[in-house]
Amino acid sequence: MKPPPFQYHDPTTVAEAVALLGRLENAKLLAGGQSLMPMLNMRFVLPDHVIDLNRVAGLSYIKDGGGVLELGAMTRQRDIEFSDVVKAKCPLLHQAVMQIGHRQTRNRGTIGGSLCHLDPAAELPAVAAGMDATVVVTGPNGRREVAFRDFPAGFMTPAIEPNEIVTAVRFPLWPAEHKSAFVEFSRRHGDFAIVSAAVLLEFAGGKISRASVTLGGIAVAPVRAAAVEQAVVGQAPSSELFGKACESCRGIEALSDIHAGADYRQHLAAVLSRRALLRACGMPTPGALH
Amino acid sequence: MSERRNIAVTVNGKRYQNDVPVRLTLADYLRHELGLTGTHLGCEHGVCGACTILLDGQSARSCLMLAVQANGHEILTVEGIAPSDDKLHPLQEAFRDNHGLQCGFCTPGMLTTLLEFLRDNPDPTEQEVRIAISGNLCRCTGYQGIVNAALDAAKRLRAKTT
Repeated sequence: MKPPPFQYHDPTTVAEAVALLGRLENAKLLAGGQSLMPMLNMRFVLPDHVIDLNRVAGLSYIKDGGGVLELGAMTRQRDIEFSDVVKAKCPLLHQAVMQIGHRQTRNRGTIGGSLCHLDPAAELPAVAAGMDATVVVTGPNGRREVAFRDFPAGFMTPAIEPNEIVTAVRFPLWPAEHKSAFVEFSRRHGDFAIVSAAVLLEFAGGKISRASVTLGGIAVAPVRAAAVEQAVVGQAPSSELFGKACESCRGIEALSDIHAGADYRQHLAAVLSRRALLRACGMPTPGALH
Repeated sequence: MSERRNIAVTVNGKRYQNDVPVRLTLADYLRHELGLTGTHLGCEHGVCGACTILLDGQSARSCLMLAVQANGHEILTVEGIAPSDDKLHPLQEAFRDNHGLQCGFCTPGMLTTLLEFLRDNPDPTEQEVRIAISGNLCRCTGYQGIVNAALDAAKRLRAKTT
């Protein structure tokens, strides 16, 4: 298995990369290569041009300020994994990254690449949906921002123009005392999740005052379980409350493929969202293997 | 038709300069251009881990990189692990002593992966070792010998540094 022939470009600035993307027909951006390279090797994609972003300066950083965590698009999953700032301020992101592939793939894979590839089961899009992230996009007319909820245009298709590049992602941080958990079910550690659940909770006076519950892998893009969020806000956490609230996940329209049927995904959605809520609250999660 | 580029890489401490097609993977470059066939290719799409090398000290799958991307970087392959031709690295010794390999196909990837892991995590638990090698498929050993070898190697490496 060898990649098909293509012209290779390795720009060193974002402006140069954007110009190339605008000028060249049938071009593909190469970020960490952990999805595009297998697709090239298997010839699922046949680009005439590959624009490698790995030598573009200034796209790899983790910045914390003004209640927002901003990550450059070429920040590697490894850098997120080992970032003290991420661990302290955005534990959901840290937990999610630990479940992406393996050390060898996290060393190369990037956050921008994950978001643009937009695999329905990928961890980072689920976190971006759960945290109401903003995607910063750069094109010939400068920068613009896209709310992550508007980012997926369809199956594995980001809502950006063919001459635009994702350059950063902004995560609005939750208050220091918030709770979170990311859980997923996959056949083997490191495989894509069949379904994943990302939960963020804020408390006031022993009751849940704000909730974000996101399911990955169930539909073409991450889904916010609005019914669960509404059912738990204003309530004191309990396994009865979570169990009952999460039953509504069985009604989410689900994908069906060789890995799992729609009904099994809906079942997992109910189980994993409950488990994530319990885990976020530090409550026992019966039946969970890890 | 196929564009070529001149690249300079350091592999196992030795500098190489070659003209390569831009679509050539790093794994094929190491094996076919440099003759370093210790790096194995199993799946060629980033699942089996046999082609794992260290790029500037970090493990990466050489089937998921282009040779041109390695231009200016330093690579360590399985051939570069032993301190000399007649001496094994403690990690390799531990593999030999603990039946960490049978057919040997996955071994180059296991060794490079564990080299990075034990460098960053010198005193791991068994569970941590299992997670560390979760991206490397072995079809012979059932992993038990490999896990034992990794834990034994950690012990040997710790004894060496103290």
